[in-house]
Amino acid sequence: MIKAILIFNNHGKPRLSKFYEHYSEDTEQQIIRETFHLVSKRDENVCNFLEGGMLIGGSENKLIYRHYATLYFVFCVDSSESELGILGLIQVFVETLDKCFENVCELDLIFHVDKVHNILAEMVMGGMVLETNMNEIITQVDAQNKMEKSEAGIAGAPARAVSAVKNMNLPEMPRNINIGDISIKVPNLPSFK
Amino acid sequence: MALKIVKGSIDRMFDKNLQDLVRGIRNHKEDEAKYISTCIDEIKQELKQDNIAVKANAVCKLTYLQMLGYDVSWAAFNIVEVMSSSKFTYKRIGYLAASQCFHESTDVIMLTTNQIRKDLSSPNQYDTGVALTGLSCFVTPDLARDLANDIMTLMSHTKPYIRKKAVLIMYKVFLKYPESLRPAFPRLKEKLEDPDPGVQSAAVNVICELARRNPKNYLSLAPLFFKLMTSSTNNWVLIKIIKLFGALTPLEPRLGKKLIEPLTNLIHSTSAMSLLYECVNTVIAVLISLSSGMPNHSASIQLCVQKLRILIEDSDQNLKYLGLLAMSKILKTHPKSVQSHKDLILQCLDDKDESIRLRALDLLYGMVSKKNLMEIVKKLMLHVDKAEGTTYRDELLTKIIDICSQSNYQYITNFEWYISILVELTRLEGTRHGHLIASQMLDVAIRVKAIRAFAVAQMATLLDNAHLLTGNTQRNGICEVLYAAAWICGEFSEHLEEPMATLEAMLRPKVATLPGHIQAVYVQNAAKLFATVLRGQEGAPADSTVAQETSQLLIDRLPLFVQSSNLEVQERASCILQLVKYIQKLQQKDVEVAEEVTALFAGELNPVAPKAQKKVPVPEGLDLDVWINEPPSGSESEDEGRKSKGKAVFAKDESRHTKPRYTEVDEKELAKRREVRKAEQANNPFYIKASPSSQKVYQDGVGVEHIPVVQIDLSVPLKVPDQYVKLEEERRERNKADKKKKKDKKKREKGEKGRRRRGDSGPESEEDITPAHMVDIVTEEMPENALPSDDDDKDPNDPHKALNIDLDKPLADSEKKLPVRSHRPDEVLKSPMEDRQVVEVVPEPKKKTGKEKKEKKDRKKSKEKKKKHKQEEEEDLMGAGSEEPVQPEETKEVAAPPPASTPEASDLDFWLSNAPVPSNPQAAAAPASTPRTASGMAAVAPDSEPEEAKDTEPEETKSSTHKKKKQKKEKKKKKHHHNHSDGAGDESVQNGTVEEEEPLPPMSNYALLAENSYIKMMKQDADKVCDIQGNLQDGSQVVVSVIFENKCDSFIKSMEFNVLDSLNSKLQRPDGAGPHDGLIVPFQLPPGISNEARFIFSVQNIVMPQKLKGTLTFIVKTDDSSTHEKLDFKLHFTCTSYLITTPCYSDAYSKLLESGDLKGCSLKLEGVNQPFHHLLARICFHHHFSVVERIDSCASMYSRSIQGHHMCLLVKTADQTVSIDAKCDEPGLLGNVLDEIKLTFSQC
Repeated sequence: MIKAILIFNNHGKPRLSKFYEHYSEDTEQQIIRETFHLVSKRDENVCNFLEGGMLIGGSENKLIYRHYATLYFVFCVDSSESELGILGLIQVFVETLDKCFENVCELDLIFHVDKVHNILAEMVMGGMVLETNMNEIITQVDAQNKMEKSEAGIAGAPARAVSAVKNMNLPEMPRNINIGDISIKVPNLPSFK
Repeated sequence: MALKIVKGSIDRMFDKNLQDLVRGIRNHKEDEAKYISTCIDEIKQELKQDNIAVKANAVCKLTYLQMLGYDVSWAAFNIVEVMSSSKFTYKRIGYLAASQCFHESTDVIMLTTNQIRKDLSSPNQYDTGVALTGLSCFVTPDLARDLANDIMTLMSHTKPYIRKKAVLIMYKVFLKYPESLRPAFPRLKEKLEDPDPGVQSAAVNVICELARRNPKNYLSLAPLFFKLMTSSTNNWVLIKIIKLFGALTPLEPRLGKKLIEPLTNLIHSTSAMSLLYECVNTVIAVLISLSSGMPNHSASIQLCVQKLRILIEDSDQNLKYLGLLAMSKILKTHPKSVQSHKDLILQCLDDKDESIRLRALDLLYGMVSKKNLMEIVKKLMLHVDKAEGTTYRDELLTKIIDICSQSNYQYITNFEWYISILVELTRLEGTRHGHLIASQMLDVAIRVKAIRAFAVAQMATLLDNAHLLTGNTQRNGICEVLYAAAWICGEFSEHLEEPMATLEAMLRPKVATLPGHIQAVYVQNAAKLFATVLRGQEGAPADSTVAQETSQLLIDRLPLFVQSSNLEVQERASCILQLVKYIQKLQQKDVEVAEEVTALFAGELNPVAPKAQKKVPVPEGLDLDVWINEPPSGSESEDEGRKSKGKAVFAKDESRHTKPRYTEVDEKELAKRREVRKAEQANNPFYIKASPSSQKVYQDGVGVEHIPVVQIDLSVPLKVPDQYVKLEEERRERNKADKKKKKDKKKREKGEKGRRRRGDSGPESEEDITPAHMVDIVTEEMPENALPSDDDDKDPNDPHKALNIDLDKPLADSEKKLPVRSHRPDEVLKSPMEDRQVVEVVPEPKKKTGKEKKEKKDRKKSKEKKKKHKQEEEEDLMGAGSEEPVQPEETKEVAAPPPASTPEASDLDFWLSNAPVPSNPQAAAAPASTPRTASGMAAVAPDSEPEEAKDTEPEETKSSTHKKKKQKKEKKKKKHHHNHSDGAGDESVQNGTVEEEEPLPPMSNYALLAENSYIKMMKQDADKVCDIQGNLQDGSQVVVSVIFENKCDSFIKSMEFNVLDSLNSKLQRPDGAGPHDGLIVPFQLPPGISNEARFIFSVQNIVMPQKLKGTLTFIVKTDDSSTHEKLDFKLHFTCTSYLITTPCYSDAYSKLLESGDLKGCSLKLEGVNQPFHHLLARICFHHHFSVVERIDSCASMYSRSIQGHHMCLLVKTADQTVSIDAKCDEPGLLGNVLDEIKLTFSQC
């Protein structure tokens, strides 16, 4: 079982948090902080596993994480999951994000948490791995997005226009600001089959 | 009015959406909290509006704020509103919000039941999907109970997308509503063989998760999983299954034996590290479960260790970590094989990665021996000095102690060394493990008598330098060791050289800053020391002034402790102070007091095992639940209410009466004990942990009479201080000479009552090193007849406990359907049509006996019945319809790959009893497949009684089990699993009941079918591996599985598979497709990915082998272009592929031969120089025969074609010549099969 999936940046700011067990908001924040604390102090070239210890559910759990550019992707899993399998899954997740956002960068995750959630929902459901095939995931996500668009129909058009205007008027165009928002480089790892 | 609406919608455009909110927060870095609180106010306004779009937008923003840690539970109702929007866009937002912040105590959840049910049955698959996803996060027991049926229905949905989600969510439902497990399980099991790999994977996932917690209930699924393991190509699934087997093997060692071979094959063949690693892990689990080290498994261990070494040596830290992790599992049972890699592991101790160092530390634990303990600990001590983080240093500390103290200090040969190590460790600042060191010190000092003098000396030094330990910080855990030091010095004060000095050190004013419990020990032991000093003085009647000075010292210093705020300290101090004052008075009168004072502390404490108390058996005849006194009878005049109340009062009274009595007894006993102690130093384990409940037992005189003393061979001294190492080395030199002497000495030590000794008896290999002292290790005491209690530590709150449900038991009538709350109106509203649908898809596993079949029918019937609310009224109706569902199901079975039959317990035994011969396809499948084949052949109507089936094929069905076993025995373990591929190397046709056969080694099923060879296209090649797993369920179908692997760097899509039909064989195409249309392969291939598709062919005539030409067309899509490519291939259907492995009973076999219907033919093979059993195995494996009987170098074999031709072989071998006499009722087929057999052997 996967107990939680967290994404936060190099400064510990949460970009996505998905807990498959209930915790109060405070506890969740604490877990994120602690996890960030544990993960961030590790060197780049050390192993990607951490015995979670006191975090979620005790010593049976492990933290399996990957660091991409500015973001940490952390999965907290119990002993029924294969460590390397989860690493592969993180890779699939990031590659899927990359496909869906076209060169994903931290800003995509910042402004479109909901979409990230939707993508994740096609991969992991209730803490169990639902689908590992990236194409299948993308197919389903695309189909749902299409549905959403068709529902918005004409009524959606003005809203989109307004949002475009809003973006224009603001000095801050997301992709131009440089706060370490380098796009997540997806290394070509031996793909997990 | 219209204006208002327009205005409203324009306003909406300028509402903040999620992006605006995020942007806003980023622009208000300084006053983020304030900004967010205004946003929340806005959101609250938005939620008040009627417009659902506005609400959804607000909820979407709330979800984001929730992630930032804001409590949004106040909006729960609005979330439900958004969930129930008819638009998918909003629904999705609602469900997402719900999944993020709903939980069991969210009260609005109960409002959602009907909405979720509606969404689950929505015609739009994504509505259903979104509802399932959301539900998986917030399902409650109520929801689980109410929706279990709906979800079960979805498990058979036509869309795989829904099916896989429904299957997966069942796990959550089971957890919340365990009653649903048994009714849902058959269907879940059926999903293991779902045609869609995603659904299959989900089912494996769920069952693995269930089985992990309660493995024994799932043992009977082992054959099914075994089959999946050998047939699946999805690594996720494989990993899960292999992990599951790891959990199952401890329960069933025979399973382990069966697994070893396929797992070993996987280890050799797989390129995926994750799979390799899990295989190794499971092999290790298997090896552990096979307790007795079977000689032929040492190869497997070696293989594992060797592969792990490769992992550990890898530059990838992850592999290194996992390698070490797995190594530590081997260590437990096969320490020897790991020990040879000590170099590697010690090297890992220097790794820069802390996780890896920790793992290496774990391994060290098992690698120590008497010889190398000191060396290893020395190395660890160096690391302790170097270690930066306290966590790692603490870990090192515990590991050092673990390593040294393991198995009752087995490896410590010199306890002086160990004590000095412990003392050395006290120099660690800021460690949390002071108490650990302290308990080790106590343990060693108490249990190793010979070391006491040395220990006391060391402890005295520690006490003297206590300021060094306590100096810096208050919360320094290390001061715990002072507790041990003070106690040891006090208890064994007779060994102290200068008790006065120590006494003084213990009474320094600084002591008052120590934690209370330590001060208490100080005070108490100061008194003991005082006694020792007195005795020392009076023994040598020089001057009484020293003794008096001592008393004075105590009288001066103790008042400090009397003022302590700690009750314990205060009490002890004032007690002792008065005692000393009294003694002083006596001293002044020159009365000899030493004797009496010493008597206060006489007697020896013995170690008691931690669980000793629990394990005291209840004496015979003592019933702890029985009243000791007559239970008070409630006065009859009292009414009910008062009665119970009265009882409670009485109970209290009772305890008030009895308690003092107990204490009385207890005190008496204690007094007696003290005398006993004085007299003969007996001991009473309960003294330490007296509790009311134990006293009763204690009264009955069950006690520990013995102080068992185990003598251990100790030999190497170690160092912290190097001197001890040197001393030890010198000593060992010396000892080599006069070892015998020592042994004599040992013997002398024997003799005290109740002491046992080990050591002389069984010297182990390295025991030539004699111990420095004759060291007695006093074992911890256990009461006699202690009851073993291993199950002490199960967590009673584990939710999985409820899922410990026997799944093999046939469903009882009452269970056939999920219980549903009866007041739910929509249950009643369900249309009968819906119900019918449910029933039809109910995946009843095939049953073998008629009884079960019948049961199945009954079950269905009643399932239908129960669906209805008004059971009785509709019973008749349903009774009429109940036969119907059977029919479609039976036909379905013929058309689709038949689900493996439910393995009953006996089947499992049988399956497992087949020794380790997984290569024979029929082995596992036989019990299941025989009856079906029989009925198929005889065209038995689906509903007919099983007896009929038996009549038609009596011999085969009847005792196929016996048969099987016999055959199995004849088989030898080793079989070759070469691919059956012909010279051209590009086709292979293997037919045979792949669906139900078990253990073909994974690689053997597939052969290269074709590979692209355009030079120009080399990089974009697709390569096709094919396995014609002819799946012959009826007389004319062959299923061909083809694995497509994308070898190029580009995306491959729009694959179309086409075959040029011959008159005889046709590719089955969907209705409406022309005879030349290709079949679209239902997936696309990203680079490096492989996937499998299955194609069905119908075959008319099976007498001749044939080849079909085919083409695969596909589009290779690169970043900027896409090209059409094609790949030609040939499918080769051999005659062998039409044979189906069928077991045959020898009686039937001889009857068959006698009947004279069969025509003969024979074949001679020269120069075959392989063992006979290999030969047989080959024929079985490649040509789908089964061995009927084997006598020496002669065997009879049987097989049957899909169209029912019998084929018998008599195989003899002599001097590299094999002669095969064959008989078959279809000579053409026979000839071709023989040719193929010849070909097989000519290739090897």
